[in-house]
Amino acid sequence: MALQDVCGFLETLDDISPCTYLPNEMGYMRRTPFEFDRDSAFHFLPPPQQCSRKNRAPTLFSSTFSSLSPHQQPFQLSHGTTTLGFIFQDGVIAAADTRASCKGLICCPISQKIMPIHSHLVVNTSGSGADCMLWERILTREMRLYQLRHRKRLSVNGAAKLLSMMLHPFKGTNVCVAATLCGWDGEETQETLQSCMEIADVKKAVEQDSNVSAISDESAQGSVKMASINEQDEISKDTQALNPTSTFGGRSGPRVCYVCSDGLQLKGEIISVGSGSPYAYAVLDDGWRWGMTVDEAVALAREAVFRATHWDAYSGNNVDLFHITAHGWRRRDREDLKEEYYREREREKKKIKEREKERQKREGDELVEGEGDIYSVHCG
Amino acid sequence: MMISSRVFGDNGKVKEYHYTGPVEHKFSPYAFNGGTVLAVAGEDFALVASDTRLSEGYSIHSRDSPKCYKLTDTTVIGCSGFHGDCLTLTKIIEARLKMYKHSNNKNMTSGAIAAMLSTILYGKRFFPYYVYNIIGGLDEEGRGARDTYKAGGSASAMLQPLLDNQIGFKNMENVEQVPLTLEKAVQLVKDVFISAAERDVYTGDALKICIITKEGVREEIVPLRKD
Repeated sequence: MALQDVCGFLETLDDISPCTYLPNEMGYMRRTPFEFDRDSAFHFLPPPQQCSRKNRAPTLFSSTFSSLSPHQQPFQLSHGTTTLGFIFQDGVIAAADTRASCKGLICCPISQKIMPIHSHLVVNTSGSGADCMLWERILTREMRLYQLRHRKRLSVNGAAKLLSMMLHPFKGTNVCVAATLCGWDGEETQETLQSCMEIADVKKAVEQDSNVSAISDESAQGSVKMASINEQDEISKDTQALNPTSTFGGRSGPRVCYVCSDGLQLKGEIISVGSGSPYAYAVLDDGWRWGMTVDEAVALAREAVFRATHWDAYSGNNVDLFHITAHGWRRRDREDLKEEYYREREREKKKIKEREKERQKREGDELVEGEGDIYSVHCG
Repeated sequence: MMISSRVFGDNGKVKEYHYTGPVEHKFSPYAFNGGTVLAVAGEDFALVASDTRLSEGYSIHSRDSPKCYKLTDTTVIGCSGFHGDCLTLTKIIEARLKMYKHSNNKNMTSGAIAAMLSTILYGKRFFPYYVYNIIGGLDEEGRGARDTYKAGGSASAMLQPLLDNQIGFKNMENVEQVPLTLEKAVQLVKDVFISAAERDVYTGDALKICIITKEGVREEIVPLRKD
């Protein structure tokens, strides 16, 4: 059928034989990267180089396809953003702006760049919007499958390796994904659950920060998610050493990992991506300490995104903030930065007025003293 | 078949008017046929509107080529951009809708159509469909999405800020935010397209509005500037 040929529909379906879907733990481990990719969600999208290997009659268009790629795009993909993620003693903070721009036009002022993958992992996406959306969905699917097959959650570094392997066939094409995986590794033990419940009984879960909205609901363990900031401080002090190096080598703890469609993978403490990242790094490097409190960390992240949106044209609108701890992720209400700009202007005006007053007072005092001298001189 | 030898700039307008020496023109599989689409939704209605002009470069191919396509009783899609890709894309969507109906024995919901469209478009990630799509419709319970709006196509950059102001009440202080009624939405869409026709050369001729309510899909045609 002509329509089938145009969308290449049946052709790609035929490639997948039923036996590849049989769950087989050993087989799953031993598959090569290419087969692994074929089994996964994007069987509808073979990478461009592989298209030519299938036996298709060469048509007028197939020769022009390969020469087409980046030059003849009729429209620009969306890029430009500020996202950041950093770890500290009480978890991971992931923050991002919400502007999706498309070569000068703002396509969406309220896009969501931080997407939760599962209860203990969120991903900050930047690069091309369509690519990020799709790969985030594929990653979520694969992580869920891993969790079902192996009965434990994949670690942040493992997820980064998985994503990097899935992106590898598309290296060289103009797929542009720069994702920062922010999450908390390690199993929640019964002890943490127990202590968490006890503290929840003793202290009511009164939110210090009344802006908290959506909470995750995907955890298989069903732990207490509505933990207040008080609770988390208590628990982190109990179960986690304050020494940062102990969590790095160990199996559990906060993690931040950067994966890029070029194949780059970075681990670290502070990662910021996007056109506004230099400005964000400046603020983060200045204020980051391992021993920060949650409030300090949230304020730092917010300030970093705010400054980046001020200087970078392609970042702006609102700030999204996620905080991930051993209990899961928590999302802060989206905040409109317009208000912050006006508040800052007011603060500046006040400072200027105060400085003026001080200066006048000082001059007034000096004048008084000076008059005394002059008087005495005149008299003298 | 006319092979276009003009170079199209990124927004579809023709570049390269003066002589600069011998220029090699590569075959471009894309053309820009203009047109603007708009979708607005309220509490219990949705409407998708488009102009009906089909142009290419300095010529008008047709004054009666609407860009809204009815998919189901609760969903309408507006496609503008390259007309060849619009036609093929709508054919593919209609085929997939029929397949879904035959295998699942029910119509696709608006949200499902949007998700499917996203994967169809991504399937051609390395040779994209040059189409600006907007899907408007009601969900399974007959609800729209309150006060949502989107403009796409050649005049979208002009219309989107206007809609932000009138429907989203953005960039204004101390305004009373009244919910959007169907009559006000239709009147607004007419005014907005009349304004677009004044300033965008690719928009004009006539306006077709598809209004989706729980009674079904109703169409309205309003004439616009023909120059």
